Amino acid sequence: MQRTAKIILSKPLSIIGVILIALVILSALFADFITPFPSHRGTVVDFSNFNQPPGWPNIMGTDLVGRDLFTRIIYAYRISLILGIVVLLLAVPLGVTVGLMAGYMGRKVRFVLMRMTEVFLSIPPLVLAMSIMGVLEPTLINGMMAVTVMWWPWYSRLVYNLTLAEKEEGYVLAAEVIGASKLHIMFIEILPNCFPAILTKMTLDLGFVILIASSLSFLGLGVQPPTPDLGSMVAEGARYLPDSWWLTVFPGLAILVAVFGFNLLGDAMREVLGTHQ
Amino acid sequence: MEHVFDLLIRRIWLSLLVLVGVSVLIFLIARVIPGDPARIALGPNATDEQVFKLRGELHLDEPIWKQYGYFARDLVHGDLGTSLYTNRPVVEDIIQFLPATLELVIAAGILMVLIGLPLGIISAKYEGRFLDNLIRVIALLGVSAPSFVWAVILMLLFAFFLPLFPIAGRIDTDYDIVRTTGFLLIDTLLMGNLEAFTNALWHLFLPAFALALSGIGQAARLTRANMTETYRKPYIEMADSYGFPKWRIARKYAFKPSLIPSLTIIGLDFAAMLGNAFLVEAIFAWPGLSRYGVAVILRKDLNAIIGTVLIISAAFLIANLVVDLLIAILNPRIRHGR
Repeated sequence: MQRTAKIILSKPLSIIGVILIALVILSALFADFITPFPSHRGTVVDFSNFNQPPGWPNIMGTDLVGRDLFTRIIYAYRISLILGIVVLLLAVPLGVTVGLMAGYMGRKVRFVLMRMTEVFLSIPPLVLAMSIMGVLEPTLINGMMAVTVMWWPWYSRLVYNLTLAEKEEGYVLAAEVIGASKLHIMFIEILPNCFPAILTKMTLDLGFVILIASSLSFLGLGVQPPTPDLGSMVAEGARYLPDSWWLTVFPGLAILVAVFGFNLLGDAMREVLGTHQ
Repeated sequence: MEHVFDLLIRRIWLSLLVLVGVSVLIFLIARVIPGDPARIALGPNATDEQVFKLRGELHLDEPIWKQYGYFARDLVHGDLGTSLYTNRPVVEDIIQFLPATLELVIAAGILMVLIGLPLGIISAKYEGRFLDNLIRVIALLGVSAPSFVWAVILMLLFAFFLPLFPIAGRIDTDYDIVRTTGFLLIDTLLMGNLEAFTNALWHLFLPAFALALSGIGQAARLTRANMTETYRKPYIEMADSYGFPKWRIARKYAFKPSLIPSLTIIGLDFAAMLGNAFLVEAIFAWPGLSRYGVAVILRKDLNAIIGTVLIISAAFLIANLVVDLLIAILNPRIRHGR
C-alpha cells in the first residue's frame, strides 16, 4: 500500500490529480468557512447585484438573482461528492455480488445473471437513468437511485470476468477440496483478489458518476433548485450565452476539474496496480 | 466467410433476445411508478371518468404480464401507442425526430474514428515523449467533461468569439428542403442542392465535434494502450531488426491487431453518444429526439418514454452488431473459424 502510494506520487500527472481531488474534497468539506457568502447556497435574492461579471468580491460573478457563483459551485461540489459516494456504495456491492455469483455458481445462474446484466448495459447509460428519473420525482435521493440502477452492471461484468480467471487458481481448488462453502470461497477467497481492479474502477467512476449526475440535472431531471448543482447551473446559464458567459463556463469548468482529477489518479492506479480492463 | 455469416445470425438472435429484455425492463420501469399512470398522464384537472377511460385503454386494471402482452403485440405490429404530449402516434413522432439525432451521432462517430485512432497511434509511436504526454492529457481532458460543457465552450469560442460556425440549428432557414429521408445531408444531395448540403454540413460540424470529444479521448487512450502492448511483442522487434520502415511497422504490424479491442470500445462509445446527443442538442437547439425525449419524460408520457428508449436501444444494438461484424471480418481467427 505504501509502496503503491509512493509510485503514484512520483509521477507529475498523478500528483496533479491528487492535488485536484484534495482541493475539491477539502473545499466541499469546509465550504462554510472558505466561501465568501455561505447563505447564497439557498434562496437568497440580491437584485441590486445580479448577473455581475467576475470581479471583487464575486470572483466568478453572480447569477441571475445576485448569488455568488463561486459559493454555489463549492456547495455544488458537496452535493456531487455525496451523490457519487452514495451511488458507488450502493452499486458496487450489488454489482460485485452479482458478478461473483455469475462467475462462480453454475451455468444456469450465469446465464440468467449475465443476460440480465447485458440488458441493462444495452440501454445507453444516460438514457436508462433518464427514463428512471422520468417516472420518479426529480429529487436527490431518486437521482442517486437512478444512477445506481445504471451503474451496478459494469461492476458485475468486471467481477464476473475476474472470477472466471480466479476460480481456476490453485488456492480456490484447495479451498474447494477442504470443503469450504461457496459463500466462503466467493467472498473470502476470490473477492480480495479482485480488490485492486475494483478500487481502480471506483476511483475512475467517482468522476464519471459526478459527470452523469450533472448531465441528468442539466436536462432538468436531477437535483432541483435552489439546491446548487453544477449541471443545472450550466443549463440555466446557457440561455444567456454569450453575454453572461460566466454563468455556464465556471460551473462547466468545475465539473471538468473534478472529473479530470479522479481520472488522473485512476489512470495512475491502473498503471501501478496493473489492472487493465 | 461462412463463419462470419453464422456468427452474424447468432448475434442477431442474441440481440433480439436482449431487445426483448430491454422492452420488459423499460415496461416494468414505466409501470412500477408510484401512483396511477393514467392520473399522472392526464394531470390533476382530469375527471375521474376520463381517468377511468384511459385506465381501460391502457389495460391498467389487468395483471402486469397481460399488460406486457398487449404492449408486445402492438409492438410487433409497429405500434407504440399514442403520445399524450403530442397526441400523435409515438412512431410518427420518432420518425420525425430520430434522423436529426442519428445524423449528429453518426457524424460524431466518424470524427471519433478519424481523429481518435490516429491520435492513439501517434501517441504509442512516441511513447513516453512530449507528443505522447500532450496527446494523453488532451485525451483525458476530452473524457473528463460532459458533452454539454464542451458544447458550451466550443460554441463560445468558435461561434461567438470567432464566428466561424453557426450558433444553432441544422440549416439556414432560407433553404426549402424536401424531406425524403429526414437526413439533411442525404436530402440536400437528393435535391442536387450542393449549397444547401454545404450549409447543413457547416451546421453539423460543431455539435458533432462537441459530441465526439469524449469518444475521441476514449478511442485515443485505448488505441495507445493496445498499441504499446503490441509494440512489446517479439515480432515487432523482429520487423524492426529487419530494418522495416517505422511507419510500416506502426501501420501494418502494430496497428492492425490493436484495432480489434479498440473497435469494441468504439461500439460502446457510440451507445454513450446516443444518450449524450440529448445534451448537445439542448445547447445547439438541434431539432432531434432530445427535446421530444426530455419533454415526454417531464410530462410522464409513458408510451412516448417507452418508445424513445426502445428505439435508442435498438439503434445501439444495431451499432454493436455492425462492430461485431467488422471485428469478425478483421480478425482472421474468427474469419477462418478457429
